[in-house]
Amino acid sequence: MNYYTDLILILDSTVRLAIPLILACLAGLYSERAGIVDIGLEGKLLGSAFGAAAMAAVTGSAWLGLLAGVGVALGMSAIHGIASINLKGNQTISGVALNFLAAGLTTFLGQSWFHRGGFTPQLSGDQRFGPITLPFAPELASVPVIGGLYSELISGHNILAYVAFIAVPVTAWVLFQTRFGLRLRAVGENPKALDTAGISVTALRYQALIITAVLVGIGGTYLSIAQSAGFNNNMSAGRGYIALAALIFAKWKPWPALATCLLFGFLDALQFRLQGVQFPLIGEVPVQAIQVLPYLLTIILLAGFIGRAVAPKASGIPYTKER
Amino acid sequence: MSARVPLPRWVDVALLPLLNVVLAFLIGGIVVVMVGQNPLEAVGIMLYGAFGYGSGFGYTLYYTTDFIFAGLAVSLAYHAGLFNIGPEGQAYVAGLGVILVALALNGQPWFLTVPAMVLAGGLFGAAWAFIPGYLQAKRGSHIVITTILFNFIAVSMMGYIISKILKPANVGSDESAPIDAISRVPQLRLFWELFKNSPVNISFFLALIALAAVYWLIWHTKFGFAMRALGHNPTAARYAGISNAKVIMITMALAGALAGMVAVNNVGGVQGRLILNFVSGAGFVGVAVAFMGKGHPIGVALSALLFGALYQGGQELAFSMPGITREMIVTIQALVILFTGAMGDMLRPPLERIFRPRVSASAGDV
Repeated sequence: MNYYTDLILILDSTVRLAIPLILACLAGLYSERAGIVDIGLEGKLLGSAFGAAAMAAVTGSAWLGLLAGVGVALGMSAIHGIASINLKGNQTISGVALNFLAAGLTTFLGQSWFHRGGFTPQLSGDQRFGPITLPFAPELASVPVIGGLYSELISGHNILAYVAFIAVPVTAWVLFQTRFGLRLRAVGENPKALDTAGISVTALRYQALIITAVLVGIGGTYLSIAQSAGFNNNMSAGRGYIALAALIFAKWKPWPALATCLLFGFLDALQFRLQGVQFPLIGEVPVQAIQVLPYLLTIILLAGFIGRAVAPKASGIPYTKER
Repeated sequence: MSARVPLPRWVDVALLPLLNVVLAFLIGGIVVVMVGQNPLEAVGIMLYGAFGYGSGFGYTLYYTTDFIFAGLAVSLAYHAGLFNIGPEGQAYVAGLGVILVALALNGQPWFLTVPAMVLAGGLFGAAWAFIPGYLQAKRGSHIVITTILFNFIAVSMMGYIISKILKPANVGSDESAPIDAISRVPQLRLFWELFKNSPVNISFFLALIALAAVYWLIWHTKFGFAMRALGHNPTAARYAGISNAKVIMITMALAGALAGMVAVNNVGGVQGRLILNFVSGAGFVGVAVAFMGKGHPIGVALSALLFGALYQGGQELAFSMPGITREMIVTIQALVILFTGAMGDMLRPPLERIFRPRVSASAGDV
């Protein structure tokens, strides 16, 4: 029974840690499927986390915070779009620049506005997204097996977490069952075919970037005003890159993306859990060994040793209309 | 639309990049104004901090050394069409090579230890960059993604090695045993009073040599030609009988070796021991330096100096103007990458319009 509670607790933190990854990963999925490489996910997560926390601290409303978080991500996406769609610049460089921009500006503005060494004020109450208790969760908590599962693992997350999980089937449906999804996939594989059919490549790619911004904006908001009670320096801590790795690992597909993000979240949760735990024979597992696993797994996949990750064909190439 | 008129050469190599940098700084200045500070006053303090007195200037040159190496590591790979975002990790791993030989030769005079540190740092950095190079060349894994991932792997691996293996029992913080003073890379203040207590050391001259060597390699050797051919058109390079896979792997190894020199400067010359995260972002500054310098050693030298001055001046600024933190420098760095790298051609159409009449007049009637 004790092991079971332990397991539920690890799975619960797995879910919590996976949510920003899921949102960022799906965000990247839309833009990369449309042929735009988004190294800037990390910066967008960080920027929207700051925007959300700053707005929530000033206005006292978590919802306005969410709006600001998504707004920051939209602004950054606009820069990325202008650089990579209109000016046909290098998308990787633009993404790298956005990551630095977010790292620099969030700390700089945070210090100038709040004078707390880059932190935003502690948030509480309505300034944050609190846990939602699903119906009957407290009543069922004492029921063996299912009770713990329902009341700990499924119930008690905040609204953004549920949004993340709903976003997966929605993305799968949009991508594979709708006309927009078909066009989105086509523009990432063969933009010329779409252009010939009279569909604007530019408009489609901007639409993809907007969806990307909304999702990653929610992810950043989750980091600062749902998971934590405020913004702190570099709080995205490489999650954008992990989401990118997860996206490759999932071969740019929504359901595998969910599974990969949960796996990476699980490794993250395990890392906290295993600190100082002695195993028979091998002794203590160094935290670094678990930290490094998502990166190693992605590299092994990229090297083609387990399956093959093939990116959308037109990914990273600006589209130039023939004249 | 009419065919594009090529810009005069000086506009293309000098004016356009300069305008882009000015644009980046203008926007940086606007941000400073937005938070209610005076950007001109800030520039004044930074200039004084970076060049106004001996030890400040020494710090500027110390940062410049790091940024030249990192900038060259990005530039060299970029000539072969490879975007190396990994100098940060390559320099970190090179630190292991540097400290291992330095501790093995501890107590020997510097003219014996320094060449060994350069060699070991270069080898370790090269090895760390070679793996993504190999994965790109032989397995087709995208170098941008793999070098990013290798930065993270380096952080975990080095964290473990430093805190669990290299750390002596009697030391509290996570760092290796120190190198004896006579075995360290000599600092320039030993020869020149001017530099007072600044950490600039003879790695600076190594950086100048590296600039010349990279120039020679890219434009005056057969291998450099193969690199550039690959960078311009991999298919053509292949048909010309160049082994693209080989060029990719060697180029990445060389880039890694250049990044490794950051470790010689810091581990061997400044801290005298291996500490956690000693690279502290210098590898990433290399990306900005490379794009601003257009991958040319002269450009890299100038932009490394500019960033060196920004970093040192930024420290000064943080003391004198509490409203401005060092992170403003990271913002400037981002704007420079954005405007000189991703949006580098934004000002091209207006410039083409300005310079068109003169060009067509000199070309006569066509």
